[in-house]
Amino acid sequence: MIGADAIIKCLEAEGVTTVFGYPGVAITPFYNSILDSHIRTILIRTEQNAAHAASGVSRLTGKPGVCAVTSGPGATNVITGIATAFADSIPLICITGQVNSELLGSDVFQEADITGAVESFVKYSYLVKDAAEIPRIFKEAFYIANSGRKGPVLIDIPIDVQNAPVTKFKYPEEVALRTYKPTVKGHAVQIKKVISELKKAKRPLICAGGGVLLSEAEGELRAFAERHRIPVVSTMMGIGVMPTDHPLYFRMVGNNGKAYANRAMNESDVLVMVGARVADRAVNQPDLITKDKVLIHMDVDPAEIGKNAGPTIPLVGDAKHIFGDLEKEDFTCSCEEWLETLNTYRRELKRRRSPNPDYVDPAEFIERLTDRMQEDSVYVADVGQNQIWSCGYAKVKERAKFLTSGGMGTMGYSIPAAMGAKIAAPERQVVAVCGDGSFQMSMMELATMRQHDVPVKIVVLKNNYLGMVRQYQHFTYKDNYSVVDLSGSPDLEKLASAYDLPFLRLENMDKCDEVIDAFLKDDASVLMECLIDPMDLV
Amino acid sequence: MKTEAKPSKDKRIYSVLVENRSGVLCKVAGLFSRRCFNIDSLAVGETDDAAVSCMTIVSGGDAHTIEQIEKQLNKKLDVIKVKTFEEQQCITRELMLIKVKYNKNNRREIMEICEIMKSEIVDMSKHFMMIQICDTPERVKLLIDSLQTVSIVEVARTGTLALSKCMENDE
Repeated sequence: MIGADAIIKCLEAEGVTTVFGYPGVAITPFYNSILDSHIRTILIRTEQNAAHAASGVSRLTGKPGVCAVTSGPGATNVITGIATAFADSIPLICITGQVNSELLGSDVFQEADITGAVESFVKYSYLVKDAAEIPRIFKEAFYIANSGRKGPVLIDIPIDVQNAPVTKFKYPEEVALRTYKPTVKGHAVQIKKVISELKKAKRPLICAGGGVLLSEAEGELRAFAERHRIPVVSTMMGIGVMPTDHPLYFRMVGNNGKAYANRAMNESDVLVMVGARVADRAVNQPDLITKDKVLIHMDVDPAEIGKNAGPTIPLVGDAKHIFGDLEKEDFTCSCEEWLETLNTYRRELKRRRSPNPDYVDPAEFIERLTDRMQEDSVYVADVGQNQIWSCGYAKVKERAKFLTSGGMGTMGYSIPAAMGAKIAAPERQVVAVCGDGSFQMSMMELATMRQHDVPVKIVVLKNNYLGMVRQYQHFTYKDNYSVVDLSGSPDLEKLASAYDLPFLRLENMDKCDEVIDAFLKDDASVLMECLIDPMDLV
Repeated sequence: MKTEAKPSKDKRIYSVLVENRSGVLCKVAGLFSRRCFNIDSLAVGETDDAAVSCMTIVSGGDAHTIEQIEKQLNKKLDVIKVKTFEEQQCITRELMLIKVKYNKNNRREIMEICEIMKSEIVDMSKHFMMIQICDTPERVKLLIDSLQTVSIVEVARTGTLALSKCMENDE
C-alpha cells in the first residue's frame, strides 16, 4: 500500500461516495488509487467549482463534501470555493496535490504555498510530510470540518508522500486533539436565563441563521416556536428553517429582506439570534438589536457572540442541543397580540411590484416555479439580483432545501452546488436559478452535467446586465453605467444544443405555468431562459 | 460588548501556549493583521515541553477588541491556552542589546548610565561598546532614552516576556 491508497481508505472509512476534482501530475497517485475504489469521481471543469459542488453535497448530506485538485494553479483556483464554504460554515475536505516534498520552497513548476495562501479561509490545514500520518490527519480533518462551527479543512499532500509505502493502515476510531473541544451543550444557567426572559417577553422573536440548518435543528426550532407561539424570521443562510407559508414565519431580514421582517426585529422586546453572525447584510445597524431589548445570542462559535452586537444573554452551544434543552422547560409565553401586529405588518408592508408586462416578472416567476416544484426539491440560488428575488419570492416547502452563497456572495455558485446536491440526492428535484452573469461564470459545467449524467435543471434570468451592480449604479451613480453591460453573451438556445440539452424560453408571463410545467416535467437537465426587463430592480 | 465599550486603549499581555509546529507563528500573527489588531510586541520560545511554545503578545484596544483578541486566539486550533493579563498582574521582562559609538568624552557618562540602570557592558572595541539590559519594558525604554545623547548604532530587543505573579493557588 502507498500513501495514495491510504487516503482512499480514509475516504472510504468516512463514507465518502463522490470526489469532485481536476487532476494534474501532483495528484495523479491519488487519482490512480481511486480507480480501485467505489468512490465516484467527477471531472469538474474548473477547480473553484469542485469546492462548490462539494459544498452542495455537504449541504444535502450533513457530511463534509470532498474535492481533490492538483498543486499550483489547481490549488489556487480552489481558494474561492473554499472561502465561499468558510463564510457559510460549510464543512469541506479539500485535498491538494503538492510538489515533491524535497523540492518544497524552491519554486518549482506548479508549486504554490497553498496552506499559507488559504490560512484565513480554512478552519484548519495540514501539509502531510509522512505517509504514516495520513490516517490520523484524515480522521482529524473530517472531525474538525464537521464539528463545532463547521468549515473547510485543506490537506496538502506532496506527490512523494502519496507514493511512499505505508506498511500498516489503521483508521483511528477517536481523535485526540488537546486544543479543540467545541462546546455544543448550552450552559444550564444561561438556559434558565433565556427561559426567564422569554416568560416576561411581550414581543419575542427568533431570528434563525444558517447555524440552525447546519446543526439540523429545524425540527426542534419549529417545535419550540409552535409550542410557545413565537414568531420566526431568518437570515439569508437561514432560509429553509421553516416552510415559507408557515403562519409563524416572517421570512428574511436585512437590507434585502422583507420590510415586515425588519420591523419585527426592531419592535421585538426579546430577540433570540440563533446560529447567525449578526453580519452586516442581515443586521445593518447592530446597535439597534440591543437597544431597548433583550438580545439572546446563541451560537456554537463563542467568537461570534459579542463580535458585532453585545448580547444580554450569551449562550454558547449547538442549536440542536440548545433547543433540545429548552424543550424540556415548561413555560408559557403570551404573544397573540404581537402575532396579530406582525400579521398586520405582513399585509400592509407587502411590497407591490409594477412589472413590465413585456417581460417575465422574476418575482412572480419564482413564486410560481417554486410552487410547482416537488415537496423535497432543492432550489439553488446564485448571486446577484436573481439571489435577492429568489430569497424574496421562492416558496420553500416543508422538506425542501434552499441553497445559496450568503456570506461570500460568490457568483457562479448555483450550477456546481446544484450538481453536488443532485449527486448526493439523486431522487430529489434540483433547480439552479442564476442570472446571465453568474451563469457565464459556471457554464463550462454543462459539460460535467452531460458527462456524468447529472440531471440538474437550470434557469437563467437574462437581463443582459450585471443587474445588481447596474441597480447600484442606477441609484448611486445616477445611471452612469460602468462595465455592467453583458453584450456578447452566447445564444443560450444554441449553447444548449451544443451540449445536447433541451432548451426552453419564457419571454413574458403569458405561458408561464405551461413552460414551468415543461421545465419540471421529467428528471432531466433543461436549460431555461427567462427574459427579464433589463431595468428591473429588486 | 461593542456598545458599552470604553474608548480607553488598555494594554493587555496575552500569554499564549501553542503547539510547537511550523506555521503557527504565522497563523497567530496573521490573525492579528487580518482583524486589524495591533501587536506592540511579540516574543516566542519553547516551554519546558518541547511540543509547546509560549507566545507573549502585548496588544491593546478597547474592551471589545480585547475580548475579540482572546476569543479569536482561542478559536485557532493550534492554540492550547490563552491567558490574558493586565500589566500589574504579571512580572514582565525584556532583554535588550544596544550598540553605541563612544569617545573619550562620553565614555564615563555611558558607564555611569549603565551602572544606574543596572545594565552591563558585554562587548567593546576601540569606538563601540555593547550594553545589555534585562529589565521591565519601561526601564528598557528608559535606558534607550538615557542613551539618546550618545550615538546609538544598533538595537535588538526580545519583546516583552511575562508570567503571572506567583499566587498560592498556582498549580
